[in-house]
Amino acid sequence: MLVIACLKQVPDTTQVQIDPVTNTLVRDGIPFIVNPYDTHALEETLRLKDSHGLKSVALSMGPPNAEATLRKALALGVDRSILLSDRAFGGADTLSTSNVLAAAIRKLGESEEVGLVFCGKQTIDGDTAQVGPGIAVRLGYSQLTLVDRIEKLDLDAKTVTVRRKLEGRYEIVEARLPAMITVVRELNRPRYPTVPMRLASAKAEVESWSNEQLQLDVNSVGLKGSPTWVSRIFSPERQEGEIIGDGLNDPIAAARLLLDRLVQGDMLSV
Amino acid sequence: MEHIFFSVLLSLSMAAFAFSCYRRLVLVAIGKHEYRFDQPLARFKEMLVYALGQKRVMSRPFGLNHVVIFWAFLVLAVANLEFLVSGILPGLSFALLPEPLHDALAFLFDICSLAVLIAVAVAAVRRSINPPFPGARTCEAYFILSMIALLMLAFFGMNGALIASGVRTASPFTPVSGIFASLLSSCLAADQLNLAVSVFWWIHAVVLLGFMNYLPYSKHMHILTAIPNVFLRTMGKSNTQPREEFSEGNIFGAATVDQLTWKDLLDSFSCTECGRCHDSCPAAATGKALNPREVLHAIKENLLQNGTVLEKLAGDAQAERAVSLIGEGKKGATPESALWSCTSCGACMEACPVFIEHLPKIVKMRRHLVQMEAKFPDELLNLFENMEQRSNPWGMAPSERSKWSSQLELRPFVAGETEYLLFLGCSGAFDARNKQVSVALTRVLDAAGVSYGVLGREEKCCGESVRRLGNEYLFDLMARESVAQFREKGVTKVITQCPHCYNTLKNDFRQFGLELEVLHHSELIAGFLASGELQLEGKMEELGNLVLHDSCYLGRHNDVYQPPRSVVQAVTGTAAGEMERNLDKAFCCGAGGGRMWLEEHEGTPINRARVAEALALKPDTICVSCPFCMTMFEDGVKEVPGAGVQVKDLAELVAQALPKTSK
Ligand SMILES: Cc1cc2nc3c(=O)[nH]c(=O)nc-3n(C[C@H](O)[C@H](O)[C@@H](O)COP(=O)(O)OP(=O)(O)OC[C@H]3O[C@@H](n4cnc5c(N)ncnc54)[C@H](O)[C@@H]3O)c2cc1C
Ligand code: SF4
Ligand code: SF4
Repeated sequence: MLVIACLKQVPDTTQVQIDPVTNTLVRDGIPFIVNPYDTHALEETLRLKDSHGLKSVALSMGPPNAEATLRKALALGVDRSILLSDRAFGGADTLSTSNVLAAAIRKLGESEEVGLVFCGKQTIDGDTAQVGPGIAVRLGYSQLTLVDRIEKLDLDAKTVTVRRKLEGRYEIVEARLPAMITVVRELNRPRYPTVPMRLASAKAEVESWSNEQLQLDVNSVGLKGSPTWVSRIFSPERQEGEIIGDGLNDPIAAARLLLDRLVQGDMLSV
Repeated sequence: MEHIFFSVLLSLSMAAFAFSCYRRLVLVAIGKHEYRFDQPLARFKEMLVYALGQKRVMSRPFGLNHVVIFWAFLVLAVANLEFLVSGILPGLSFALLPEPLHDALAFLFDICSLAVLIAVAVAAVRRSINPPFPGARTCEAYFILSMIALLMLAFFGMNGALIASGVRTASPFTPVSGIFASLLSSCLAADQLNLAVSVFWWIHAVVLLGFMNYLPYSKHMHILTAIPNVFLRTMGKSNTQPREEFSEGNIFGAATVDQLTWKDLLDSFSCTECGRCHDSCPAAATGKALNPREVLHAIKENLLQNGTVLEKLAGDAQAERAVSLIGEGKKGATPESALWSCTSCGACMEACPVFIEHLPKIVKMRRHLVQMEAKFPDELLNLFENMEQRSNPWGMAPSERSKWSSQLELRPFVAGETEYLLFLGCSGAFDARNKQVSVALTRVLDAAGVSYGVLGREEKCCGESVRRLGNEYLFDLMARESVAQFREKGVTKVITQCPHCYNTLKNDFRQFGLELEVLHHSELIAGFLASGELQLEGKMEELGNLVLHDSCYLGRHNDVYQPPRSVVQAVTGTAAGEMERNLDKAFCCGAGGGRMWLEEHEGTPINRARVAEALALKPDTICVSCPFCMTMFEDGVKEVPGAGVQVKDLAELVAQALPKTSK
């Protein structure tokens, strides 16, 4: 039985800047990282591999340089790493992204039964949290979002019981397999690759699938299959307030100034 | 008849002794290859100073006592040689030498034997009243002391009986034997005296041969290994660890004795169990599981237990059968928590009279944990990821690196246009308090008219913490990147304000083929003050009573002790206040060895201990010269209500003392 982790390679958003003129992301020289939530999705597939003997697969749709992310997954111990890369997939929104991922999972299912698909709760660049649910719907899988604990996996009864972390409460849910699970960071502590595994992964093969393998209608993938377009990105301008003092060169005076203002404005009394 | 019997006994014991030594050597040879024979002349000189001269031994209480025993033993080795030779060939002895020479030797032997007897008694009393470390009152230790004492008493008994029985004439050159002679003649009859000669002779012979054969199985193995161990020491400072080769199939770090080097193993046989490393260790002093002496002892025990098995097996079978050097509550193993407690301060190595190198062994075991098992304290996962992805410990965006200087007009480093690279380091660029030090330092450099440039947001973390934490793979990646960058930019001279960057740029990067001229700001500033290129205004009264803290990576690891002191002298007009543990004996702030990024769960905080030591001198200012020390002291001082102390970096003192016009 397969357990699949969907990994997205994202620009390190702490380092992304927005070009004030073109209103697009300046991606030049920005390092890419694995979407942080996805590292927990990956860790969970590896744990299930260790505990239940499932076969683990890492899946990512992205440009050829997303291979680095998949190689890292190999270094951590997944059995297969597959990159879904095709010019036709470019410019995808959540709809066409989930189309491609779902097609790849369906194809994997042809040769071996899929038990679980793990996705991150959301990405740090697109932030929509829609891809996981999109996959579940397209494949007709049970959909378990915001999971912070796998309570039980029963391979004979083909059920999984999880705890969902919701606002102010938890929910314990049991669902049929196959299931799609989106994970929050509390789920686990990702492992760190050992050096022998890192070295072995440098040589291991990252498989690459294009639309030739998936045979999707070109109008359902990439830009063409995307009803949503991003028309403008911008950083909100500071509307009010002012910068006071010189905290770098004279922090003591700056602190004093700040205190004075707070006292003057009577902002410290309860 | 007797001498034939003795000849057989001597041959047997010599053979047994040689065999024991051979067994020990075979065990040492299990270790990995390491070259330690470069600079033979310098090595020989160091051996004379430290092994024969006992320079380090003497520097601590009761060291003199050891010096007496050591030197007397060397002299008595000559006497014992004569004893053994004349045991086989009775005619052949010093009696054949011209009288004055013979008398001189006899006198020397008499006095040395007395000296040893007294020193052994002092050692026994000291061990009972004030043992070198808790648990030092072992049967073994007392047994050895009694053997030595017995040997000396037998020597006097034998000579005394010879004089008393008239075989040898009484002489003023053997005063102690003379006293024994009168004692013996007063309580023994004449015919009993001849018997006494043989009895003492045989006691002396048996104890001597027994002692020799016991050596290889006891801590007194150091009598044989200490001198070679000093000869084979790391020349210079042990301030870096060896590189590893990252190719498939290799083993990284050390979890079994055969993964250490032969010198690591020889170190373990050379430990004298004097406990000085333990006394100097900040982790041990504050209740952590770490005890550097025990780390060495565990390696030795592990080698003795495992070695014989290992030496017969080869390859994979070897790794499987070997018992791990790392583990909780097992004989021959060091607990993980102990390994993680080390601050890499180097105090243990500085204290060790026989130049045992503890730190490389600790780092090798950390390397195993990190690289082979991915097992380390939780906090390190983020640190490693941050370092790998963003090249700084906090995971700050690299673009933020130059923010601290956004209001200063700093020049970028350009070879040919700027002389020095000012390497700020992560703390100097990201840490709020240490950014102030960076600002102060640029003011001082400007005032002195130094031509320098910065790398700005292109600067990368030097990787120092990562290396000491045992993530050599990551350090290797980071170091190669930095070295390539320095080469490409043509950097040759660097100024650092962080002793950790200093050590890495200067010593670690050398292993990557980059020789840089690295100066810590204290060295540069001290130089400018001495040459008059930097002028200060008046004396800084407001600093009040100032106490100086030595950074381990500046002092102990790189011998930079004086520059911070002369800078303080120039700024305040008086010598810096010194803590009891200063210079090469300085007590760590607790942040080295990557401990900066770890919680201190066990025992009491190291920085608290050091701050208390400083506060005992009632200072108004504590002066540091390291950003990690700055953080540890600032945190420590905050915990003491009403301490009323300011913590300042050396550069800040100087910036404050600049003439107003250049501020
Ligand atoms: C600034 C910005 C704004 C955007 N706004 C929109 C928008 O409003 N509407 C819209 O439809 N699209 C938008 N997009 C495009 C969209 O974000 C992505 O291109 C889409 O493919 C994935 O959506 P997400 O990143 O929000 O993923 P999420 O749905 O947040 O991702 C959840 C999980 O799905 C998995 N996953 C997501 N993408 C992949 C992948 N490529 N490969 C493997 N697994 C993956 C991961 O496990 C991930 O944790 C935007 C992109 C950017 C950069
Ligand atoms: S380096 Fe310092 S902390 Fe580490 S064992 Fe030696 S004395 Fe202790
Ligand atoms: S390692 Fe060195 S300092 Fe420590 S007990 Fe042994 S001989 Fe003494």
